[in-house]
Amino acid sequence: MDVRDLVGEAFAGMLARPVRSALTTLGTVLGITTLVITLGVAATAGNQIVGRFDELVATAITVEVPESENTPLVAWDAIDRLTRLRGVVSAAAVAESKDSVNLSVRSNDLVDPTRVTAQTLTVLAATPGLPEAARGRITRGRFFDVGHIERADRVAVLGDQAAKMLGVTRLDRAPAIFIGRHAYTVIGILGDLRRERDLSSAVIVPPSVGRRFGLRDVTRVLVNTSLGAADLVAGQAPTALSPGNGDALQVIAPPSPTRARDQAQDDVDALFLILGLVSLVVGAVGIANVTLVTVMERVAEIGLRRSLGAARRHIAAQFLLESTLTGLAGGVIGASVGVVGIVAISAAKQWTPLLDVRLAVAAPVAGAVVGLLAGLYPALRAARMEPVDALR
Amino acid sequence: MPEPVIELDRVRKDFPSRPPVRALADVSLRVDRGDYLAVVGPSGSGKSTLLNVLGLLDRPTSGSYRLDGTETTELADGARTRLRGGRIGFVFQSFHLLAHRSVVENVMLAEIYGEQARKGRRERALAALERVGLGHRVGFLPDRLSGGERQRAAIARALMGEPSLLLCDEPTGNLDSRNTEAVLDLFDELRGHGLTILVITHEQEVSERAARRVRITDGVLVEEA
Ligand SMILES: Nc1ncnc2c1ncn2[C@@H]1O[C@H](COP(=O)(O)OP(=O)(O)O)[C@@H](O)[C@H]1O
Ligand SMILES: [Mg+2]
Repeated sequence: MDVRDLVGEAFAGMLARPVRSALTTLGTVLGITTLVITLGVAATAGNQIVGRFDELVATAITVEVPESENTPLVAWDAIDRLTRLRGVVSAAAVAESKDSVNLSVRSNDLVDPTRVTAQTLTVLAATPGLPEAARGRITRGRFFDVGHIERADRVAVLGDQAAKMLGVTRLDRAPAIFIGRHAYTVIGILGDLRRERDLSSAVIVPPSVGRRFGLRDVTRVLVNTSLGAADLVAGQAPTALSPGNGDALQVIAPPSPTRARDQAQDDVDALFLILGLVSLVVGAVGIANVTLVTVMERVAEIGLRRSLGAARRHIAAQFLLESTLTGLAGGVIGASVGVVGIVAISAAKQWTPLLDVRLAVAAPVAGAVVGLLAGLYPALRAARMEPVDALR
Repeated sequence: MPEPVIELDRVRKDFPSRPPVRALADVSLRVDRGDYLAVVGPSGSGKSTLLNVLGLLDRPTSGSYRLDGTETTELADGARTRLRGGRIGFVFQSFHLLAHRSVVENVMLAEIYGEQARKGRRERALAALERVGLGHRVGFLPDRLSGGERQRAAIARALMGEPSLLLCDEPTGNLDSRNTEAVLDLFDELRGHGLTILVITHEQEVSERAARRVRITDGVLVEEA
């Protein structure tokens, strides 16, 4: 028997009762639609999370440097080696100590005597890459550079909160602040911090200046990587920062993307997946039922085909193909409705719909498999029929 | 002497019901090429059982059945099915036309399980329809045809693939006398072209038109003069 004849007979069998065939696909349509929408929306939503606030989390690495007795674990210039690593976007070394977090700082603004100008602020030392590494912005003036560090210039950069507390609003007259008894020129204000927000109430000085406050060694390194490079950089950073002693450093890397996904969302997905699978099973039972009824209605046709020389396998193949095509039709319709659903939901939520081609292909295949499984028993019944009985 | 189309030798068919029924009791029969044979007998005498055995739809309990010289009782299911499809054309009382397929599609159905090429199938079906005088009805659905036309369409389907034997079970049972006449005329014509025809019937009119007549009573077959 030619395959084209088999397909032709199966199609003719299906189209002989178009309304019934259409209704038979309903369960499969429902199941496939639910599955496609659930998987599609989950993928789309997952993409949105990574695309928005997760990007910051997913690319931020912090390396904590423990105190050491003798030689420092991380030298100040080690930050250059780190910056050269592939995937590192920005990095800065910071020194902060227990003694430096409660220093009395006041501004030289004596114009307004009612104002309490002395504040208890954190002072820390950092390398010039800090504004970028903290994902902030110099809102006024500038950050200190290598020249300032080499010359040990008595300059300071204020976090925007610290500047407000100290009443420093303009830099054009080179305002000074006093840390203890020493004066420092404020050359810039750092704001809009998206990482290390504590820095906004801190006073930042060059490392060469920080020694006076006991800020001798690097205590923390902030690293930002390109998207997807966090794991790689997290592995390489300790060696780059402290060749030979990398193990002593503590790397805080972002959680893996799966863990970053919202747990609640996963639960909802699981519920809908189960719902979709249940619908598919119901769809399969529906197809099996209708196919069985069809077989019983077409006993005479089966007998006729046997009299025309059809073997049992020809009969089985025809009914199996009919139910498979019914399932396939359900899968195609379900996939189409599902894709429309994904687009509609995405539009309502103003997301970019993420349409996975594999899903669009797998859905009709799943429908066909459902139809195939559903057709097994009816096809067997049809094939087992004795031609004599079928023609009676 | 040429090989007979049908050669039954002491064919017996028992049904293991309660009480057991011997539907065919040692039936021997020889049908030669070009024969036109009518099988008559009362209801329940074993006519359909005989037709099922002859059509390879059922196996005899014992005895030998040679079709075109091939011993069929020893053959496996698949081989019997192929032999049936290739050598035998069936005509049923109730036509067995597929309601949703046009006349020509119903006729073309006869070839899909065989070895014939798809190419030219429609032409062969149209030729068969022409042969039974239905050339003007090829695109009709069966329910638009008269009973006689339906049976002629079924005969056209049976003629596809040039069978050695046409087996007809009460072919005129559902037809009025005018349509019966037309079908019998067609049988005469087909026989004139050398086709072997075996007709089961209980109608006098039908059996009288056949060249040979056998009567079956309680499974026993007797040739009538
Ligand atoms: N499958 C069967 N099981 C038991 N008995 C059967 C079966 N088929 C036919 N018979 C019996 O065999 C006898 C012959 O039946 P059948 O060939 O159908 O007669 P006819 O076609 O001449 O009316 C009847 O007595 C019938 O009851
Ligand atoms: Mg009968």
